[in-house]
This record gives sequence, C-alpha cells and structure tokens, in this order.
Amino acid sequence: MLPLAAVVAASREDGLSAFWSAVSNPEAVAALKLSVVVAILAALVNAVFGTITAWVLVRDRFHGRSVLNSVIDLPFALPTIVAGLVLLALYSPRSPIGVHLAFTRWAIFMALLFVTLPFVVRTVQPVLLELDTEMEEAARSLGASELTVFRRVVLPNILPGILSGIALAFARAVGEIGSLVLISGNNPFHTEVASVYVLNQVHSGNRSAAASVAVVLLFISFVILLVVGGIRRLATRHEHA
Amino acid sequence: MRRLGLRGVALAYLAVVLLGPLAMIFYKTFEHGFGPFWDALTAHETAGAFENTLIITAIAVPLNTLFGIVCALAIVRRRFPGKGLVNAFIDLPLAVSPVVVGVSLFLLYGRGGWFYGWFESHGIQILFSLPAMVIATMFVSLPFVAREVVPTLREVGEEQEQAAHTLGASGWQTFWRITLPSIRWAVIYGVVLTTARCLGEYGAVAVVHGYKTTATLQVQDYYENFNQAGAYAVSLMLAAIAVIVLVSMVLLRPKEAPA
Repeated sequence: MLPLAAVVAASREDGLSAFWSAVSNPEAVAALKLSVVVAILAALVNAVFGTITAWVLVRDRFHGRSVLNSVIDLPFALPTIVAGLVLLALYSPRSPIGVHLAFTRWAIFMALLFVTLPFVVRTVQPVLLELDTEMEEAARSLGASELTVFRRVVLPNILPGILSGIALAFARAVGEIGSLVLISGNNPFHTEVASVYVLNQVHSGNRSAAASVAVVLLFISFVILLVVGGIRRLATRHEHA
Repeated sequence: MRRLGLRGVALAYLAVVLLGPLAMIFYKTFEHGFGPFWDALTAHETAGAFENTLIITAIAVPLNTLFGIVCALAIVRRRFPGKGLVNAFIDLPLAVSPVVVGVSLFLLYGRGGWFYGWFESHGIQILFSLPAMVIATMFVSLPFVAREVVPTLREVGEEQEQAAHTLGASGWQTFWRITLPSIRWAVIYGVVLTTARCLGEYGAVAVVHGYKTTATLQVQDYYENFNQAGAYAVSLMLAAIAVIVLVSMVLLRPKEAPA
C-alpha cells in the first residue's frame, strides 16, 4: 500500500494545479483516451467471444476439449513481452500471413485481445458449470425458441460473470504495457498508450508527469475493484433471494 | 448444427488469437536453423539476464508464499478490524498497472522519496538495482497464493482443526499436521502461478531496473538492437516455461477440469 500512497503524494507535491496541468497535457490526454477506448473495445469483443468459448467448453463435447481448456490460460502464463514480440512478428511488414498491423492502433487492439482473452471465459465458465440445464429444458418444453432460452434463462444467470469478466479485462487492458511496448510504435498522439507514456516520462526524468498519469491509472483500478466487488455482492444477493 | 457452428466460432477465434502467436515463436526462433538459437542462448547477456530473473524469483516466490498462507489464514480464520479492507486490497496488484507499481517504487526510493534518505545514508542502493526489482516483482505477484488458498480453507472448514485442538495439539502442530496438508494443492497451485508471474514480469521491473536486465527486459533489449535471433531465443525459453506452467496446472487440478 505504501508505494501506492507515495504515487498519490508525489503527484500532488507540486500542488493540485501542477497535477492538473500534467494530466491535461495534450499528449497525456491522448494517451489516456487511447488506452481507455481500446481497452473498452477489447473487453467487449472478448465478452462476446469469451461467453461463446465458455459455453463451448462447458456444454459441448469433442476431442481435445481439455487441451483447449488449458490453452485458454496461455495469455496469463506467457510473459507479455513475449506476446508483444510474437504479435509484432505476426503483423509486421515481413509478416508470414500478410497482415500489416504493426505500429497502428489495430495492433494495440489485437495485443489487448490476446492478453485479456481468459478473463470472461474464466468468470463465466464456473457459473455455466453450476447452472442446471433443467431450467433451459423447461423453457424449451414450454415452446421457447433457442434465442429466447438464451436471452431469458441463461443470460440473466451468467450476466454477473460476464460483467465482472469485462471489468477485470478492462482493468488489465487499460494498464497493459509488456505486450504493447514493442508493437505499438509509441507514436505520441497516435499509438502511445497511457502506460507507455508513464514509462517514457520516468525515463526522461519527468517525475510529476509520470506520477500524475500513474495516479489516474491507479484511480481507474480502484473504481474497477469497487465495481467488481459490487457485482459480486449483487450476484450473491440474487442467489439467496 | 447450431452447436457445431458455435464450436467452430470458438475454435476459430482461439486459433487466431492464441495459437497463431504461439506457433509464430517456434517459426521465428528456428527460421535460420538451430545455430543462431544456440549462440543467442549461450551469449553472455542472456545468461546474465536469466541469472537475475532466477535470483528475483528465488527471493520473491518463498516470501510471497509465506505471506499468502498467513494472509489467507487471517482472512478465513480470524476476525480483526479492517479485515474487509485486507480482503479487498489483496486483489489490488491484479487490477493495478505494473507501470504504476514501478513508478510508485521509483518515487518512494528515488531522489526525494520517503525512503531515499535512510537507505542513502546507510549506503544501500535500492533503485536501479536488484532490491527494487525484487520488490516490484513481489508486489505484482503478491495475491496468487492467497487467492488460491482462501477458497480451499473455506471449503475445508474448521472441524478438523478444532478436533486437533481439543486433543491437545498446539497451534503449530495443528497447522503442520492438519491445516497445511489440507491446503497443500492450493498452495502448490498458487506457487506455480506466482513463479510464472515472477519470471514473466515486465512492466514494473522496466521502470526500476537501471542497467541490470531480466529475461523479459533482455527480449526488448535484443529486439531494439536488431538482434532478432537473441530476442526470439529468449522468448522461446520464456514461452517454454509458460507451457510447462500450463501443463503443471492441468496436472495439479485434475478433479476440477469438467470431464
């Protein structure tokens, strides 16, 4: 905790106005905006595909499913810098698959998709496992279409899981650095994300700028922890009702 | 039919996002044969980087394991003021950007920081040296053991411990004979996750490392100095460790896999 308190202190030691001018520096604003927008997009895309993946892992039966289940955790286990290097090789001008995304915002998006992939899968999967199929069968026998079953029976049950997965994925994505430092090109105003901006400010000896943007990131993390806690509480209250 | 469709979508997505990159490491590492790979791996810098990574991991993992177990015991078995707060903040390192962790250490131990004067007057260098890298790594890998042990402790319950207690076992004896054996798989699982995180940490260490490198920093260093072979060789080693971690996670958790 103490280290984090020091960031807050350091960001304010030159007064609140200095903090504001550091945070409202156009480059810092652009970096923060980029981080937040791309992180939201990545979290939402992974919410859709993560839910589908969790569904397939729990309800479907096919060979290699257990292998697939463990492969999901790859982005957690693989060092992010390695992920960044590999994505760079995959999308660079000499790409073997002919896709040239490196040093663009798309590259940042793809890297964030990779590192946040497990979150929604891992929050939805346990809920789906516990969910009784009887409810769905009852709905079906009463004439509900597949879409209605999913929308009215399955979705309400897994929604807290999806939401907390999105929140965790967003938290991870907004502060992500390892996978982005190589691939994003770190072009100010264009592909420089907030975390890389902070790192650059530290390396150029600009303490208060680094601390100020770090505090904004820290604040986002706190908010997300609170949101996840709130979702968890809502979900368990629902259970007891 | 629909089921097959969903399966197809899920598999295709995973193939594009996950397996493509993994295959790419192998392809890139051995693009020019085995020779460059071996040369890069046995290079002086590579060895030094891996040595630093191993030292950091060897310090951080045992300390975090101990802390994790104590913390989990405190959260589950004890009541104390501020317990809810501890419970909430234990997850903080997972939500906070590693760069923020690095910057905070930088500000704390750097020139003008709260701890700077004390360590400076005792001639101990923290920042831009191994101690700061160890602290940074410990911070980001802090929650894993506690997070694994807490649910297991809850599930196991207190009855056996109370039984041991009534039979005259001391606190230590109860812990060693009853509690620890029942949570050992959770502890091992947590240690595996902690180790993986320590070996792969980049963001926090990148801020405070100075001239010392770790394996992950060496990847960046090689890449930026146009030593592609070196970057991919170190990457392959790290990826291999990641795969070992994944495999051991499967082996350690056979029951929970939905068969």
